[in-house]
Amino acid sequence: MNTVDLAQTTLRELNQALHDLPVDTDESPWRVINPDGKHAIAAGLDARVKVEVEGHVGYYCAGMNKQATVVVRGNAGVGVAENMMSGRVQVEGDASQSAGASGHGGLLVIAGDASARCGISMKGVDIVVKGSVGPMSAFMAQAGNLVVLGGAGENLGDSLYEARLFVRGPVRSLGADCIEKPLEPPDRAALARVLDAAGLADDVAVEEFRLYGSARRLYHFHVDNADAY
Amino acid sequence: MCGIVGLFLKNEAWAPDLGGLLAEMLGVMSDRGPDSAGFAIYSDDAAGLSKVTLRLPEVEGDVPGLLEQLGDRAGVVVRDTHAVVLLPPEEEPAFVAWLGQAFPQIAVVGRGRRMEIYKEVGSPRSVARRFGLADMAGTHGIGHTRMATESSVTTRGAHPFSTGADQCLVHNGSLSNHNAVRRRLQYEGLSFETENDSEVAAGYLTWRMREGENLEGALRASLGDLDGFYTFVVGTETGFAVLRDPIACKPAVMAETDDYVAFGSEYRALAVLPGIDEARVFEPEPATVYAWDRGA
Repeated sequence: MNTVDLAQTTLRELNQALHDLPVDTDESPWRVINPDGKHAIAAGLDARVKVEVEGHVGYYCAGMNKQATVVVRGNAGVGVAENMMSGRVQVEGDASQSAGASGHGGLLVIAGDASARCGISMKGVDIVVKGSVGPMSAFMAQAGNLVVLGGAGENLGDSLYEARLFVRGPVRSLGADCIEKPLEPPDRAALARVLDAAGLADDVAVEEFRLYGSARRLYHFHVDNADAY
Repeated sequence: MCGIVGLFLKNEAWAPDLGGLLAEMLGVMSDRGPDSAGFAIYSDDAAGLSKVTLRLPEVEGDVPGLLEQLGDRAGVVVRDTHAVVLLPPEEEPAFVAWLGQAFPQIAVVGRGRRMEIYKEVGSPRSVARRFGLADMAGTHGIGHTRMATESSVTTRGAHPFSTGADQCLVHNGSLSNHNAVRRRLQYEGLSFETENDSEVAAGYLTWRMREGENLEGALRASLGDLDGFYTFVVGTETGFAVLRDPIACKPAVMAETDDYVAFGSEYRALAVLPGIDEARVFEPEPATVYAWDRGA
């Protein structure tokens, strides 16, 4: 195992070493110690490598991730796994604002809470939050699944497109054009798949969740829908 | 972008280390604000004397006759471009009036029983070093690193702002209705040194507390009256509080242990603290007042 001590090695050296790995590298896992809230740890990876970070990370950890598995044994700062394309990012503590922002694919699992704007503009990523999400989560979310085992803050799913929002606990309020929808078979299948991928299939049942999605009144301007803005 | 740090000790045995810890935290936040820096520190009360912190127009000694004249009237401790004058509370109004007449180029940046304020242009590490922050003791302190985006890099624009005895505020963000609020506060009898929006926030809290609110109540009222983006960290003689705007526009992270409560714009600033690995680390919720007080 490669262990990198960020009290000794610069962040740039760590990220360069990870970027230099071939896609099918057998140098795995990597262990990163003393992250001390530094920004952009393990950002921009594109290899089948596992990186385990022992401690709290700063902004944009595992941003733009492709294929890699990044585990944070602590809290994550703003924008963890932002714009991730594939792979898996796992935060064992809480995540700050904009977790999984604009993600296209892969799976982000947050064991604690995520604060405001979790999954903002998500475009296909699956996000599982075992705690609760803060206000304005899934703002303008376009595709993918946000699964929240706890509750959601104000204005969930404001100006939502076609992402599915599954929430088990109370929702403080829904944003513009976001409504509750019945759980249809394709929704159940999608939720079951995400729960299974997150290792939660035995812990929570699909029936415990309520589904929120777009009322589709804001896609094109129509004067009859002016009140929805 | 700006950086804020704050440290409030629950365990007073740590008091000798307060300045050293705050200096470390401030240094880490240099990336968020390399232009200027400032801090307020709440140290021992000086045997019942009032402390008036002055910013001298140039470095020490460049105001002919000042220190001699001050020395005739009060105790003076000079630290680089600032001086703390110690005098009986009842003499303070006359002293400030005399100073304004005799040395109009000297600014009063803070006054109170325990608070001292220092702020200067330059990198946060160098500012902390010039004033000797690392050697200061106290029960709580607040610091700010400024990246000026809307106005020039001057000491007048540096935080913390103080508009009342032992009260200070640092702010990350921008207020949109500060002109209207300033006019209202001027009507209520407050005066302002700058056109700065953050000074208005400080003045607002001073006014609310003058009208009988405690710090927590004053901050809660500000949610309805101050419009814009903000994370505030506020100090009073015995209190320490944090408030973020209703959409939590500006970053904030806090840590609490049995020994301290700490605030940072980023976790990096808290990582330097002893015991941080066992601390409860959390992000303050939007529109929620967090307050601690050792007094009463």
